[in-house]
Amino acid sequence: MKPAFLELSPDAHRVPVRFAGETLMLPEGANLAAALLAAGVTVLRHTPVSGAPRAPFCMMGACFDCLLEVEGVVRQACMIEVTEGLEIARPHEGPCDDTL
Amino acid sequence: MTRFDLAIIGAGPAGMAAAATAAEVGMSVCVLDEQPRAGGQIYRDVERAAGLRGDILGKDYTQGAPLVAGLRQAVITHVGGAVVWAIEPGFRISYTCDGAAAQIEAARVLLATGALERPMPLPGWTLPGVMTAGAGQILLKQSGVLARRAVLVGSGPLLYLIAVQMVRAGTPPLALVETQRRADLIRSAQHLGGALRGWRYLLKGLGLLAEIARARVPRHTGATEIEVEGEGRAEAVSFESRGKHHRIACETVYLHHGVVPNTQAARSLGVSHKWNAAQACFVPVLDEWGQSDVPGVCIAGDGAGIGGARVAEIAGRLAALKLAEEAGRLSASDRDDRATPLHAALSVERAARPFLDVAYPPYAGAIAPTDTTVICRCEEVTAGDIRSYAGIGCLGPNQTKAFGRAGMGPCQGRYCGLTVTALLAEANGQSPDETGYYRIRPPLKPITLGELASMDGPEKDAAG
Repeated sequence: MKPAFLELSPDAHRVPVRFAGETLMLPEGANLAAALLAAGVTVLRHTPVSGAPRAPFCMMGACFDCLLEVEGVVRQACMIEVTEGLEIARPHEGPCDDTL
Repeated sequence: MTRFDLAIIGAGPAGMAAAATAAEVGMSVCVLDEQPRAGGQIYRDVERAAGLRGDILGKDYTQGAPLVAGLRQAVITHVGGAVVWAIEPGFRISYTCDGAAAQIEAARVLLATGALERPMPLPGWTLPGVMTAGAGQILLKQSGVLARRAVLVGSGPLLYLIAVQMVRAGTPPLALVETQRRADLIRSAQHLGGALRGWRYLLKGLGLLAEIARARVPRHTGATEIEVEGEGRAEAVSFESRGKHHRIACETVYLHHGVVPNTQAARSLGVSHKWNAAQACFVPVLDEWGQSDVPGVCIAGDGAGIGGARVAEIAGRLAALKLAEEAGRLSASDRDDRATPLHAALSVERAARPFLDVAYPPYAGAIAPTDTTVICRCEEVTAGDIRSYAGIGCLGPNQTKAFGRAGMGPCQGRYCGLTVTALLAEANGQSPDETGYYRIRPPLKPITLGELASMDGPEKDAAG
């Protein structure tokens, strides 16, 4: 079955980003949360309370359900634009460097 | 630290119009906005998107472009991507931008922080694939991203608008599951006479309904017992309508039953708020210019009470005139001369609102959710938890934090605050005003230590 979301302009210039160990080709400058949804990603994180899966909900920086670890900092995916080579992990699931 | 005559928080229609008006009379203005490009949520990314998909989004969207263009003048500093996290008296405003914290000072502040979707807690609303209808619109406006198999759930004109935009884009929703009842429509008829002055809105609404009917999108009205079903993600919406049980398989659910003022910044400044029964939300206490009970702080746009984009634009101009007069840039009579046509326009733009508020009330099942429904998404507190706190003596929302962390997650109560107030008010037999709301303190949005450490100190500024 086709992904849940479709892009009206699929021919946008794409750049590679790393998401949870996979390489995804996302439109450069696109809203990261929107780009991940369009790439077929359904779950962005699991809650620290019960481990329930979550994904973008409000798309305007208010609900914090789209939290991701981007370049080592937990941030809202809906408030970030796609740039080449972004390193993204699900929060608390990325590699942890205890030596720092 | 740079000092401005006026700081405006939010670059939606109210903030943009206020900036232009203040600039006209020579005030230096700084507009801080969270989004990289101006427009607010209603005109999100309009300068980029109008050319690409203006035909889908419609004229009411593309008309935001001139307002955005109006920000490009020497006396206006527009800082995009600026997340404001503290506003201190005097006023000193702290924000994060590009991974670093920064501050400005301003003699006066206009809060134009807009609206949030009214929280719509129902079983399954935290599942991936469930989003607000506003989120669905933002995906379309900013990113050209559309849900292939979506069900729209709730009530209100925005639901019809996004349905039509999805039809035009070639991905019609599978169905509209509407919660308003026949009785609501009948009750709203008494406001129809007044609403005729706002005929433009009514005509637009009828046009939208006709487009939905032509596209043969099924509409179910008077829906109750609504649940989103799914294992790990949304797979179906089930509900009762006209005495029958329905289940619609889908992948995306867009929820909407109205929008409510985003009061976080105003509350952090100590602005008084009162319950507005007609709109079922708290609104700041303001005079006819948008002046709050905190000197130097005005509020305009949906953050002052829901009125929509045109009302926001006019209210932004009115607030700017008032602030300019206070700053000595305009005489009181000049201010009033400029304001007269604006006040008249405002009353026309607001005319349809009482009709809409009654015709499309919030979904009762989400105002008093079932006990097992999660109401605080961040801390996963249920409606039953809140009721049990009330049972052991919890009177106000701030106490629920101590009982079970409701409102203490990263969203800081934005998506549970009204629900917690409603649940406690009901359980304790008190009014929403008596029950109150979360106390809001800075930081208004999370900030990292690294961002804080990167801020220029005041001493450094003074020396430099």
